[in-house]
Amino acid sequence: MATSLAPLDVTRAPEGGEIGPIQSGWRLALREFAQNRLAVIGLAILAFFVLFSFAGPLVYHGNYLTSNLLATNLPPGAGHPLGTSNQGYDELALIMVGGQAALEVGFFAAAIAISIGALWGAVAGLLGGFVDATMMRIVDIFLAIPFLFIVLIVSVRYGASVLSLSLIIGGFSWLVPARLVRGEVLSLRVRDFVSAARVAGSGQWRLISRHLLPNAFGVMVVNVTFQVADAILAIAALGFLGFGLHWPHQDWGDLLSNGVSYMTDGYWWQIYPVGACIVLVVMACNLVGDALRDSLDVRLRRR
Amino acid sequence: MTAYIVRRVVVSIVVVLGVSLFIFALLHAIYPSPAIDVLGPKANRVTIAAYNKEYGYDNPWLVQYLTYLGHLLQGNLGYSIKFNQSVVALFNERWPRSAWLSGSSLVLSVVIAIPLGVYQAVRRNTIGDYTATSLAFVVYAMPVFFLGLILIQVFSLDLHWFGYEASQSNSVLTIIGDWHDMILPIGTLTLLTIASFSRYMRSTAMDVLAQDYIKVARAKGLPERLVLTRHLLRNACLPMVTLIGLSIPLLLSGNLITETLFNYNGLGLLFYNSLLNVDYNVLLAYTLIGAVLTVVGNLVADIALTVADPRIRLA
Repeated sequence: MATSLAPLDVTRAPEGGEIGPIQSGWRLALREFAQNRLAVIGLAILAFFVLFSFAGPLVYHGNYLTSNLLATNLPPGAGHPLGTSNQGYDELALIMVGGQAALEVGFFAAAIAISIGALWGAVAGLLGGFVDATMMRIVDIFLAIPFLFIVLIVSVRYGASVLSLSLIIGGFSWLVPARLVRGEVLSLRVRDFVSAARVAGSGQWRLISRHLLPNAFGVMVVNVTFQVADAILAIAALGFLGFGLHWPHQDWGDLLSNGVSYMTDGYWWQIYPVGACIVLVVMACNLVGDALRDSLDVRLRRR
Repeated sequence: MTAYIVRRVVVSIVVVLGVSLFIFALLHAIYPSPAIDVLGPKANRVTIAAYNKEYGYDNPWLVQYLTYLGHLLQGNLGYSIKFNQSVVALFNERWPRSAWLSGSSLVLSVVIAIPLGVYQAVRRNTIGDYTATSLAFVVYAMPVFFLGLILIQVFSLDLHWFGYEASQSNSVLTIIGDWHDMILPIGTLTLLTIASFSRYMRSTAMDVLAQDYIKVARAKGLPERLVLTRHLLRNACLPMVTLIGLSIPLLLSGNLITETLFNYNGLGLLFYNSLLNVDYNVLLAYTLIGAVLTVVGNLVADIALTVADPRIRLA
């Protein structure tokens, strides 16, 4: 890989014996991140949805459990800020509960994917040779399988719950992180600090857990944010196709597909608020991911 | 060059075999036998055992896999329990329709994304660039079905320009003629693909703009139009080759949802119906075909790139 040195920043270079405060890589990255306005907006949107979905139901007690045939398909108005569904559920309450599922599955699936991927990639990269070749061919094999198809087949068979969907989605999305982490490890394992650790008697496991993975952390963090976005899109697709969570759990894709049946009737409140929620959350994750990539990638760093 | 192609082909064959083994093992593990789906939930144990014996579902799975592979090589993908038809016949009937949907969307998105990316790179950080980037960013974060729904709402329900259901004809020629009903499904898939292509196209075009040969071309007094078409466009198109090859998974999953949303009778809708009916052989065959297409897409993209780009030196 071609490495180009960042231009020397004269303003921050220590002059005549005085030594400025030491800027660690992480602090620099944090500062860079905080100066990226879009990233801060993304983070704020994510924080809002976490509050909205998990704390919202404590404050707003909308009905999403008992169907009420006298209050079906009501437009937004008093008592129902976002109207009601075809079963008389309160749309705002449904969106809150659906948000819980989306965020839980998103973060849990991403955590599973990054854990498997990081370990797989680190082991393959460190051991090298035949083990590496075999492990990466297995990654190639999994990558060739159409993700949505296999996730649909497995989740139709085993039923959808927050746990099962996270396991299924996470279990089939660790391949890209595995490749990324392997790439990092390949360049890290020949560095002096790794050789030093080896000479000091570190075993393979200690090398991976203490030296390689912490240094590949940047790549992993960036990937996690994109994984969350992809997982949320995946459960939305599953829910839309009718293979999502079961009552009393709700998911956004399912809400949308219910709304579609009444599209010609003009019940817009059953479609657009929930659709906007999906787009906003996924967009927020992508914004944060892009910004993290820019701020952690030393080659792109301007300061 | 030849050695490289041979090596890539061999690796691809190994990957395809591995994929088939894995998909077969996974589907076998979750659906050991379609006996109950065929015979009904009240079938007794003896009938089920007899069914399994007759169709070979009591053999060890590796034997079943090898049998399946043998049939596959003879062009036999098994039998659909829902349609009472061979899977090959079902696919033969539907693939041209899916190919028209995906193919036309892919061509349209390439034709639109390339000039768009070049425009954005040349006019970077102008209002036009910001608008295109933001739109692509929003569409990129949008579930396919929501994008389709918005298009239906605007162009079909509000403006009455196009139909909200895809063409229901059996013949591809009629469907091609029926553009009035096909614009929204094709448009949905096209917008989705453009959103993912144009980001790459913009950054590649920007990389190319910074190259010395662009400066040389400008310095020797070539008109800007020629610099853009002859030097920038041709070089910026190279990564597009890879991108098209890698876009097959996106097209397949986009197809599945678009066809379901617009009720278009292609392979995606067939897969969806097979999920509802646990039509094992259809699910297995289509997943396998999808995986093979993905591998072939990668292979063709790699080879095409080495042919198109003389700078790539192969060991």
